[in-house]
Amino acid sequence: MTLVKTKFGRRAFIRNTSLAGGGLVLGFSWLNSCKPEQTEEIATLEMPEEWFEMNAFLKIGDNGVVTIMSPNPEIGQNVKTSMPMIVAEELDVDWDNVVVEQAALNTENFSWQVAGGSRSIANGWPALRMAGATARHMLREAAAQAWQVPAAEIATDAGMLTHEASGNSAGYGEMAAAAAKLEVPEDVELKSPSEFKIIGTSRKNVDGRKIVTGKPLFGLDVQREGMLIASPVHPPAFGLQLKSYDAEAVKSMPGIRDVFTIKLYEDDYSRGAFDHTAFNELVIVLGETTWEVFQAKKALNAQWKQAPDQSIGMSLFGNDIVVNHPAGAENSDDHAKKMEELAARKGRVVRRDGNPEAAFSNAAKVIERTYTCPFLAHNTMEPMNFFAHVTADRAELLGPTQTPEWMEHAVAARLGMPLEKIDIMMTRMGGGFGRRLYGHFMVEAAAISQKVQAPVKLVYTREDDMTQGTYRPAYRATYRAALDENNQLTAFHVQAGGVPESPLFANRFPAGALDNYLAEDWTLETNITTGAFRAPRSNFIAGAEQAFLDEVAEAAGQDPIQFRLDLLKRAEDNPVGENNDYEAHRYAGVLELVREKSGWGQDTPGKYRGVSAYFCHESYVAQVLDVVMQDGQPVVDRVCAAIDCGIVVNPDAATNLAEGGAVDGIGHAMYSALTFRDGAPEQTNFDRYRLIRHSEAPKSIDVHFVENEVDPTGMGEPPFPPIMGALANALYKADGRRRYNQPFISDKPPLVG
Amino acid sequence: MATYQLNINGETREVDVDPSTPLLWVLRDHLNLVGTKYGCGIAQCGACTIHLGNTATRSCMLPVSAVGNQEVTTIEGLSENGDHPVQKAWLEVDVPQCGYCQAGQIMSAAALLKSNPSPTDADIEGAMNGNICRCGTYVRIKKAIKMAASGE
Repeated sequence: MTLVKTKFGRRAFIRNTSLAGGGLVLGFSWLNSCKPEQTEEIATLEMPEEWFEMNAFLKIGDNGVVTIMSPNPEIGQNVKTSMPMIVAEELDVDWDNVVVEQAALNTENFSWQVAGGSRSIANGWPALRMAGATARHMLREAAAQAWQVPAAEIATDAGMLTHEASGNSAGYGEMAAAAAKLEVPEDVELKSPSEFKIIGTSRKNVDGRKIVTGKPLFGLDVQREGMLIASPVHPPAFGLQLKSYDAEAVKSMPGIRDVFTIKLYEDDYSRGAFDHTAFNELVIVLGETTWEVFQAKKALNAQWKQAPDQSIGMSLFGNDIVVNHPAGAENSDDHAKKMEELAARKGRVVRRDGNPEAAFSNAAKVIERTYTCPFLAHNTMEPMNFFAHVTADRAELLGPTQTPEWMEHAVAARLGMPLEKIDIMMTRMGGGFGRRLYGHFMVEAAAISQKVQAPVKLVYTREDDMTQGTYRPAYRATYRAALDENNQLTAFHVQAGGVPESPLFANRFPAGALDNYLAEDWTLETNITTGAFRAPRSNFIAGAEQAFLDEVAEAAGQDPIQFRLDLLKRAEDNPVGENNDYEAHRYAGVLELVREKSGWGQDTPGKYRGVSAYFCHESYVAQVLDVVMQDGQPVVDRVCAAIDCGIVVNPDAATNLAEGGAVDGIGHAMYSALTFRDGAPEQTNFDRYRLIRHSEAPKSIDVHFVENEVDPTGMGEPPFPPIMGALANALYKADGRRRYNQPFISDKPPLVG
Repeated sequence: MATYQLNINGETREVDVDPSTPLLWVLRDHLNLVGTKYGCGIAQCGACTIHLGNTATRSCMLPVSAVGNQEVTTIEGLSENGDHPVQKAWLEVDVPQCGYCQAGQIMSAAALLKSNPSPTDADIEGAMNGNICRCGTYVRIKKAIKMAASGE
């Protein structure tokens, strides 16, 4: 047991007594509330007569059923199950008696309602535990008063309170009314990890049954009485803006109510970190049904003109920056040429240890390799959408957003309404991957609803979604390694850049393991907008670095795992520099675990193996990927992953996420690319934009977690970046050809002849 | 506009829509059957998969005028209580991450097992290649299909 203060940051667990016992209508559907006959009772548990609110995170029914609010957006990372599991653990309740509800945005009750940076569990950990522990404390106190015994003598288990000496026992439901009236204690006891009964055990997705039976869950499923459908038309290429359109031709089409333009952000609006958009002025087609609106968009006959140079001021969490979007139509071929020119120059030095120049000039052997990757579109399976109903008194917003708290300010500013009149509710999301951090679509829906004074669902077509920007940037990195006559690595140099940001993490491994180290970066401006994409920057640099280290280990005549372990031992025993942002022994730990679990070193004929390991989002992942050749084509047979993300809350769900990360990484490294011609994306739908499919996925994936009692760290992103390196390294073993340029499917050697 | 009597999930449903309207949008916007998902609109991702008779069909490119009196089954009608062997296997394996594509995956899998009760890995990959899962749950999908096929 650990005693902790119930205050978390500036927040305390304040009971909202106005709601206590007020009852909670379960089965109410946010999504289809206009059609009560279709609202089904979703809970399989018998509901209580009365609910007692213990704090913002949980309510206890008089029959012992517990409702736990899941505060953070659910994008498929399964926090809607794992966050309530943490509350239930400290409450000491039977998980089978728990009902989970998605919480709306509430900045008073919750902090960091964000799905980003793989931080949901890590940031939520203290508050979630405290919420459960506080309620448990109050239940014990209520029982102590009822039974006239010391609270310290009352034990809890699975929603039962017992006092052994007096023989008293009661369910939580029986004590909830009295407990809810008590003062919130100043400090409460938390369990030690060895006492956990729910955390560390696999619990199924709380929305699983609804998903497999097709219940409305997603933003696109929202239906309301009188709701209209809106869909935007944006320029077909970056660097263009609206000139004119034929409103009359469209207004007369069946089911169409109106056609107009909206400006997303006003010129004087001070943009936040996630308020970006390539196309600030949009034509909006408004109608009665989605299909009619989609058809009308094709008849709009919009004309476009070149947009001028633009400089947009943004505030990135207190740091004011200016983002420049130069005028003109860009091409992928030009990007490649300009990146090559920039890479040929000296970059901005970000970190320098020892004397790398001298080490390179004294080297017996220098290895230099360059790696590239293209822009990517997030391509969440559910295209961007949002529901908004704005009246003079209230703006109701409902839909898929990873950043409700941050977008609320943009909505308030755009509507000219105070924050307290903005209500934001998150739906389950059909994928996030970083795309829904950028909520311009939510502001668009609000602006449209305010203008037309009706409830509106904004819907992007797949083509709108894929061509509007917010892409993973295109990156390029050049690595150099110096080996002495004994094949010892004596210096390491990375120079990395991108359009428009560099993927460099100068203080990550192998920084800290080498006396002579140099890291430089550069950037190239663009008018194509980019954004965070699952494990930003790591999603390229990990694979490049790990492919390069494989080549260096080979040149040094060493086993690739042992080569990394030797470097990590140096970083652990005698680190170079003070800013190394990884723990070398944990890094080594996942490599050792994957070496054991994959059976590394037991070579099987016809099986070609690659290894990779990376640290990001405070977690460590090592992967071994096996390729076999079938009909002359490489097939990924198996992925073996070892992960150290601290305490694993829901192991099978975390395993699912790690499997998905591996598939996602193989898919994007192997197949996916977004390219530009004359400013326009050359891929606008899944006919030309290739995503990994069933037959291309690994035949098996096994995931192994390091067991420790470290507080949980990131899980959604870390399994994604390193697999690209493992794939490149295994493909090399299979056919003798190193892959330097993603997607690997088109990274072919030039034809000789 | 034209009136259509559609046979959906064992019930006759009448809609008055333009003949070119894809069945997907008739289901979603006119009949409030939103379990069938929009993903691409060009039959490339499989999120909109329904059964036309016993055949897995992409509803996003199927004009309502082409449906006629064929039996349409959507995810909502696959089983009465969500207990189709494929749905049960999906829950047992806990397949979904975001969940958006899974109705389409389940419909494709159910059609596969109807025509081929004991599919090989290659059969599964062939039948499921038209259904994209952006979260990458393919390994679990295959496991769940095998579980449903074996009746375990």
